[in-house]
Amino acid sequence: MGLVTPDYGLLFWMLLSFSILLFILKKFAWKPILLGLKNREDFIAKALKQAEEAKAELAKIQEKNLELAEKARIEREKDFQEAKAFREKLIDEAKEEARLEAQKMIDKSRELIRQERDAAKKELYQSVSALAINLSEKILRKQFADVDKQREYVDELIKEMSQN
Amino acid sequence: MRRIGILVLVLLFSFASGWATTHELSDSGSVAASHRPGKFNATEFIFDHIGDSFEWHVLTVNHHHYSLPLPIILYSSNKGFNVFLSSKFHNPTHSYKGFKLETEGKYKGKIVELDSDGNINQLSPLPLNFSLTKNVVTILFVCIILCWIFISIGNRYKMNPYVAPTGLQNLFEPIILFVKNEIAIPSIGERQYMRFMPFLLSVFFFIWFSNMLGLIPILPGGANVTGNIAVTMALALFTFVIVNINGNKHYWKDIVNAPGVPWFLKFPIPIMPLVELMGVFIKPFVLMVRLFANILAGHMVAIVFMSLIFIFAAMKFWLGYAAAPISILFSVFMSILELLVALIQAYVFTLLSAIYIGMATAEHH
Repeated sequence: MGLVTPDYGLLFWMLLSFSILLFILKKFAWKPILLGLKNREDFIAKALKQAEEAKAELAKIQEKNLELAEKARIEREKDFQEAKAFREKLIDEAKEEARLEAQKMIDKSRELIRQERDAAKKELYQSVSALAINLSEKILRKQFADVDKQREYVDELIKEMSQN
Repeated sequence: MRRIGILVLVLLFSFASGWATTHELSDSGSVAASHRPGKFNATEFIFDHIGDSFEWHVLTVNHHHYSLPLPIILYSSNKGFNVFLSSKFHNPTHSYKGFKLETEGKYKGKIVELDSDGNINQLSPLPLNFSLTKNVVTILFVCIILCWIFISIGNRYKMNPYVAPTGLQNLFEPIILFVKNEIAIPSIGERQYMRFMPFLLSVFFFIWFSNMLGLIPILPGGANVTGNIAVTMALALFTFVIVNINGNKHYWKDIVNAPGVPWFLKFPIPIMPLVELMGVFIKPFVLMVRLFANILAGHMVAIVFMSLIFIFAAMKFWLGYAAAPISILFSVFMSILELLVALIQAYVFTLLSAIYIGMATAEHH
């Protein structure tokens, strides 16, 4: 068998077997394989697209969430500021009120003390004067035990008064 | 699928029931001559290994050739159809039923028809020979392996297409995708490539598997299938037919009236159309020769390195031992190189087929 002379027997068998191989593989192997590959490719492409879409959606939601959170934060901040101001106002008011109340009480106490002191003073005066009267009565009674002396004194007094 | 595998083995070993052990009696047997110590004929040794044969030689022990006999199928107008195993030729006359496996002369290595006197029939010396030779059996073996592998993979895709591939499917999917994405789509185009995918994939895997099988030196391998010009011719014929059947209007118009060529090259003497027409045949011819020559050369070089041992041993016995390590080293290197070549040639054949198809089906705007 020459090296470069094709042998017709081998050529015949090769053509026959390769034709059959081609037919069988085409029908039972390449068709399902290529179809399967294509389906898988489409499937993966679709899944990727969906994932991309989901990602975009998620990003959008996240952005929205962030926005909402920011808004809520600002709101809270505002509320907080308001509350703080209100509290300060409240405290100031309470302080003022307390101060006024205290002042009032102090004034009242002062007045009371003054009144008490006046009353005490008055009482003291009264008792001192009563004591003085009492004492002077006793002294006078002793001094003017005799009528002459009484008369003399009265005269003197009248004299004094008349001089005035 | 396992059943098919068992069937293959049964088929293989049903031949083996006729295992032939022959003892070469005469000096005329070419194989015997090449194995006689001291008289090493490198040319015969090499050509025996790269050529086709009617039996599958496995090994030789003490001048006994153990080989797998293969069916001989002959038709002659005188004797009609004759089918028998090649082991029937293992007798001193190398003949059976009036046919002879010629061992010398003009018809060396061929089966000739004998006349009643036992001489070569001069009127019709060669019967039609459709024997299942070593190469034919290897081709069938490759076909069965391909069917087995790819039908099982196909079933996997059919049953659960969305599951990540495993095993064989995982091994071949990247290669199938490579043929699709790197060969078919760039050469033929997105729109039409699908029609030609079955052919391209079949050719690619057939050539690759045949090449790889040719690298295995023992029984299931060893045949020089893709290094045989008849095989590459058949493959190139497929490409030729597919290209020309699918050639569109533009393809034929460009052959008759090549664009961008001065008119005096087409009229009155149609030089360009003739060149273009030759191109139609040269393209598949080049495909045929390239694959054939590459694989044949690879087998030859590997065998030549091996023969060096025996050539040196024939000169001086110790020289053979001295040459052996170097020869073996080079042979191993060649085998590794051939592993690459096996894939590259499959790729090149498929790529060029795809490009030719793409040229024939391209849509001009």
